[in-house]
Amino acid sequence: MSTTTQLLRFITAGSVDDGKSTLIGRLLHDSKSIFEDQFSAISKTSEKRGMAAVDLSLLTDGLQAEREQGITIDVAYRYFATPKRKFIIGDTPGHEQYTRNMVTAASTANLTIILIDARKGVLTQTRRHSYLASLLGVPHVVLAVNKMDMVDYSQARFDEIVAEYKVFAAQLGLHDVHCIPLSALNGDMVVDRGDNLDWYQGPALLELLEEVEIDHDVNTSDFRFPVQWVCRPQTGEYHDFRGFAGRIEAGEVSVGDEITVLPSGWTTRIKEIDTYDGKLQTAFAPQSVTLTLEDEIDISRGDMFVRSSAHPPKMEKEFEATLCWLSETPLDRSRKYLVKHTTRTAKALFSRLDYRVDVNTLEQHGADKLNMNDIARVAIRTQQPLVFDSYGIDRATGSFIVIDEASNNTVAAGMIA
Amino acid sequence: MKLVEDNLRKHTFTHLDALESESIHIMREVAAECKNPALLFSGGKDSIVMLRLAEKAFRPAKFPFPLVHIDTEHNFPEVIACRDKLAADLGERLIVRSLEDSIKRGSIVIKDESKPRNPFQSVTLLETIAEFEFDACLGGARRDEEKARAKERIFSFRDEFGQWDPKNQRPELWDTYNTRVHAGENIRVFPISNWTEMDIWEYIGREKLHIPNIYFAHEREVIRRGGNVIPVSHLVQPKPGEKVEIATVRFRTVGDMTCTAPVESAARTVEEIIEETATTRITERGATRMDDQTSDASMELRKKEGYF
Repeated sequence: MSTTTQLLRFITAGSVDDGKSTLIGRLLHDSKSIFEDQFSAISKTSEKRGMAAVDLSLLTDGLQAEREQGITIDVAYRYFATPKRKFIIGDTPGHEQYTRNMVTAASTANLTIILIDARKGVLTQTRRHSYLASLLGVPHVVLAVNKMDMVDYSQARFDEIVAEYKVFAAQLGLHDVHCIPLSALNGDMVVDRGDNLDWYQGPALLELLEEVEIDHDVNTSDFRFPVQWVCRPQTGEYHDFRGFAGRIEAGEVSVGDEITVLPSGWTTRIKEIDTYDGKLQTAFAPQSVTLTLEDEIDISRGDMFVRSSAHPPKMEKEFEATLCWLSETPLDRSRKYLVKHTTRTAKALFSRLDYRVDVNTLEQHGADKLNMNDIARVAIRTQQPLVFDSYGIDRATGSFIVIDEASNNTVAAGMIA
Repeated sequence: MKLVEDNLRKHTFTHLDALESESIHIMREVAAECKNPALLFSGGKDSIVMLRLAEKAFRPAKFPFPLVHIDTEHNFPEVIACRDKLAADLGERLIVRSLEDSIKRGSIVIKDESKPRNPFQSVTLLETIAEFEFDACLGGARRDEEKARAKERIFSFRDEFGQWDPKNQRPELWDTYNTRVHAGENIRVFPISNWTEMDIWEYIGREKLHIPNIYFAHEREVIRRGGNVIPVSHLVQPKPGEKVEIATVRFRTVGDMTCTAPVESAARTVEEIIEETATTRITERGATRMDDQTSDASMELRKKEGYF
């Protein structure tokens, strides 16, 4: 395997009925990513359940608790590789907690596969999945029109579904949408092209996953560096060393660049870009590096470095965001919560609850409370200012989580805009 | 000009660079937010990768945590030697706590010396966590190893009994990790969650990491029992009727000597192992961990009891 392969993270959205598990199973099986011991285990189970062929959907079957109750517990991650790319699949179940799970898996994904049953076409859940993909800013969408074998591999049916979906996707602002007809059951257009879809000229699913361009998904122009950890060895030759360790979340930085430290507003220049493997002249997102500065400035975890000449981020104590409530305990507006945004954690109040979004119809409703899986427009006030960008511009500096201080649970996820 | 640079980047920032940067970021979050973390270190290949990642995250400073090994005393001597040498070479503090201590205390009761000790490791681990009041333990587990692990968070919360509740995990979004615990609770953190066996080997090759020599093909006395190749040791002797043979083998995982099976292999270099890993048809644990074969849910049950 080449050592220059890239990493693509994708999720699959759809219910068991759409053949989601079968699709993942087919992808793993036909790309030769299933091991013999795994295959023999599912063969035995299929036989025990009286099935004629090996049920590939069993590959994504999970824990004992799930098998007993016939449910799937939130997100499982699966891995496979081809010579061109390494893949991480965020596999989410399709039951009632769907919003919470899909939001979680989509937050780190480069691409979403939205699965449709060719017989049923665009359904309410298709709209819900697409809305969540757009809300979480997943850059690429694949509409996989599955079960083409059940509609005689009809091009007319496929075209009809695609036409309907494209109108809807455009409304949501999903720009990069690819549509593929396939049969996960028979393996048409998943890894191999098969013999049944000759009228389709585009790439098969795996080919698309291998080729989709992901280099330009991160913001490459505006340097953003949240200080994560201050490196002060205080020993021997490093007695005076004071480095600021962190990951570049967006853009790039070079030795000698003038940077501004926020929220204090001090400016200085980059003295060195340090890594274990040696010093760099230039570093870029998403590298983890240690920066040293020309001037001694009081800097701690939670501060953000930005390039002075670049487009500045916002710095506010009050901001609006779209929130997804994840906890079984509803929002209590009389309480203070913690907001963790990049490397800064601040006390926060929900100052306004504007409306709730119905994920099925996208209609806005008045809201006085938030329950699990609710998505809402809110205003938040924090004790200290946060340094942020709009989520649409930068996922890393535009997102935050909400923590309940009493339980320490993560209760919500937010996107600033 | 811009295009040339972009192309250059595309070809120099590899999937290993992406995984490495993610792991460094996770380790630094632990260092910055947890009060008293520790890194669980066994001398196996995954934990050796963890040490290199810690060097990348924290040098030129010392690690902001000690290394901790929970020793079953069923370990291969080559692995223990490698553990001690690495800790000494790095100049980092190594804390070793043994299952024997728990046995003496009476918190572990061993009925059969020749049986695997993995199920008891959780007891000593929890006792060690309590002794040092660790609030976070970094571990080298990977999600591709096993299906219970595939569903576990990178920051995996444990209650005051050290228990993992798979149905009640904290949502984990973006790279924004919730590290908060109450006194007595604990977080297990898995910075190489997203690495596969292949990634580990490619990284060992790229970083030229020193690993115990039993990972490479060597000749060893083995017996064949129930479809498994079992290494002969002071703990495992042939039963009447079993034949000891010399086989050329290597270990894909190194753990308890009584339940870690080697695979037959001629791979004597990292490059040869990478080639073999690319073509193998059996999973890492399927081939080598007899304790995980006993039931479909073995790992899940052990994790619920506090195993890392």
